[in-house]
Amino acid sequence: MNPAPGTLPTPPVSPGGPPLFRLSQVTKSFGAVRALRNVSFELAPGEVHALLGENGAGKSTLIKVITGAHQPDGGLLEFEGREVSHLTPTRARQLGIACIYQQPALFPDLSVAENIGLRLEPPGSFSRVNWQQRHQQARELLTRIGAAIDPETEVRALSMPEQQLVEIACALGSGAKLVVMDEPTASLTRTEQELLFGVVRDLRASGVGVIYISHRLEEIFALADRVTVLRDGESVATRSVRDADGTSTLTEAELIRMMVGREVAAIYPPRTATFGQTVLGIDNLSCAAGGVREVSLEVRAGEVFGLAGLVGAGRTELARVLFGITPADSGTIRLNGHTIRVGNPQEAVEHGVAYVPEDRRRHGVILPLPIAHNMTMAIHRRFFPGTWLRFGREESLASEFIQKLGIKAYGPAAPGGSLSGGNQQKVSLARWLATEPRLLILDEPTQGVDVGAKSEIHKIIRDLAAEGLAVLMISSDLPEVLGMSDRIGIMQGGRLVHVLDGATATADAVMTAALAAA
Amino acid sequence: MNRYFRELSVTGALVLLLAVLAIWAPHFYQPQPLLSRFTAQTPALILTIGMTLVMIVRQIDISVGAQFGVCAVVAGLISASGAPLIVALAAALAAGAIMGALNGVLIAWMGLPSIVVSLATMVTWAELLRLFQQGKFINLPANVQWFGLSQSAGQQGLIFGSVLLLAGVSWLLKNRSGGRHIYAVGSDAEAARLAGINPKLTTFTVFVIMGTLAGLAAVLNMVQSPQVDPKCGVALELRAIAAAVVGGVAVSGGRGRLWGSFAGLLLLATINPALTFLHVEAYWEKAIQGLVILLAVIADGLRSRRQTS
Repeated sequence: MNPAPGTLPTPPVSPGGPPLFRLSQVTKSFGAVRALRNVSFELAPGEVHALLGENGAGKSTLIKVITGAHQPDGGLLEFEGREVSHLTPTRARQLGIACIYQQPALFPDLSVAENIGLRLEPPGSFSRVNWQQRHQQARELLTRIGAAIDPETEVRALSMPEQQLVEIACALGSGAKLVVMDEPTASLTRTEQELLFGVVRDLRASGVGVIYISHRLEEIFALADRVTVLRDGESVATRSVRDADGTSTLTEAELIRMMVGREVAAIYPPRTATFGQTVLGIDNLSCAAGGVREVSLEVRAGEVFGLAGLVGAGRTELARVLFGITPADSGTIRLNGHTIRVGNPQEAVEHGVAYVPEDRRRHGVILPLPIAHNMTMAIHRRFFPGTWLRFGREESLASEFIQKLGIKAYGPAAPGGSLSGGNQQKVSLARWLATEPRLLILDEPTQGVDVGAKSEIHKIIRDLAAEGLAVLMISSDLPEVLGMSDRIGIMQGGRLVHVLDGATATADAVMTAALAAA
Repeated sequence: MNRYFRELSVTGALVLLLAVLAIWAPHFYQPQPLLSRFTAQTPALILTIGMTLVMIVRQIDISVGAQFGVCAVVAGLISASGAPLIVALAAALAAGAIMGALNGVLIAWMGLPSIVVSLATMVTWAELLRLFQQGKFINLPANVQWFGLSQSAGQQGLIFGSVLLLAGVSWLLKNRSGGRHIYAVGSDAEAARLAGINPKLTTFTVFVIMGTLAGLAAVLNMVQSPQVDPKCGVALELRAIAAAVVGGVAVSGGRGRLWGSFAGLLLLATINPALTFLHVEAYWEKAIQGLVILLAVIADGLRSRRQTS
């Protein structure tokens, strides 16, 4: 039934007909952060419309607006030509908008049929469940998408792709007119991908509009009719993938340029010219549980080594291996020439490794505790002889860091939670600098930090490197990676696939390497 | 001021109640009955110290009453055999530490939920004790009661000793690295782990301390009477938890102070005599205690809602 990939017939879009769904000038802010700025976008019935953008370009926010999970601050939403003024998740479902998330949202302890049943016909609280009908319905839907899943299996027992298929069955059964798919192939094998592509083409043939989000450019070329590129919360361009004859009108290079095309606006501190000895050396480091595969790299004293890649490419996982949170299965880690074993964070700290984690709210600063307590947390044994706390000493250390890093707080006793994001990040940094590390691993050091604090943090990082620290910096912020790194490593699927020189690397080159098919 | 709000408000409520009694029921302050009432609270006070630590580290231990019972019988049997009190004390502390360590292993290292684990160990210890002792009281030699001293000397010793212990643990909690670890793990175990603290070891240690304190509390209870009742620990865990909750220890971990729990315990313990002295029917006691606990929980709930919003 399904045409072979790459040889799609022209989509059954009726030009001139009303779009199925249209967003005009949609804006959404979270506090001071403008996640979406005047985004416009439309979807025709029977169209597969791909959404493309870097990490943090606003795709997730846009999906949440479409499914009613977020209310936009401004702009217009239209469904089948009629304005939708207040879209809620319930209303979206009534209209026929369904979303398949990367992580399926099913009830793991209920059977497939029960899950589908719950989604399709929310029964009255005390109405009787017609089991036979439920199983029948589930079986039909699953057969329609070609999934060999027994409706009576508990969802817990299904694999991730199987759960995704159940989600699709739900969307199909609910008579959805618009289906949003958020990176549906991220966890699928090749054959499962083909199966999914077939389902998407069937949906399209039956007049359903599909919004398809993926980082894999080849999928976009295989599936999509049009592409809209988002960048920094704005819709940059909408382009047809093919013209009426089916010949390609777009190249990968063009897409990448649209995704990254911006000037490196911020001014980054100048790079240091000289590097010292190799501080960190890793050879064939692997960790199956963490998804890190045979990574080898070296970082020298005074060097900032940037790690770029998509979310889930294994960058944070590599950091967690180096810090002993998920210890390595194989490979070696050398620090200053000595092979070390890192089985837990304590050992890592003793060896001079410091890790400022990604999510400082969850893993960094302990919000109810004073910032002075937070700063000495990792150095108790060394800083407090005999582990008797010395409040005077602690306070002067905290004051010193408050001054050195320019932390805005009323004093060392201020609770971590009373500080702004950028200042919390500095507290987290201070904690690790207090350990006097030789290797500093930074994971998204400026995520959710305002512009001013961001360049302050950049300056601090550069100063630290100049003092002889080896810095491994994970960042999804492309200008930051380009502006800060002496060398840039690009990870994909748990591997380090490419290393570029920081001074000469371009955004296009980094993005091309990160998106290249494995 | 704001930082100590909960502790201060409980202390304020206690002072208010004591003032009411001083005006309308000055008989409450007759020295000997007052001393006896306070002495009777010392075992619960010792348990409250441990429970405060357990709750700060974001756990709960409902098996302490049963642990207390086991330790009381161990100490009672050893004393009855004529061994010196110090031997009985050592045995009770050891028994408590072992039972605490068992909870600790299951909760800290196996990661099982503390409410279920301590429920299971509570039932286990209580039933084993019933099987072993069959409800029989143990008669103690005469020199055990009040350490062989006069009653008032013994009472003063108990009160002085347990308040000193409270002050000491409170001081250690503030001034030792380990104390800081307890707060950090209770606030955010993952952040603490990333900072090189061992949350499992911290949690385990707290449960061992809890068990050891249950042993101590059992001995302090034993020396107050000529016999040991094997059911003496029943429902004691609830008093300790209630005292900590009323005293401002957050059930969600990471926050609380020992003097707050102390004030909470005294407040709850003063309600009953206050009713008697103010000529209110004593049936109201439990209802009022419940109301006080509820108020404390509501105060915490409002507080944490304000913080997150």
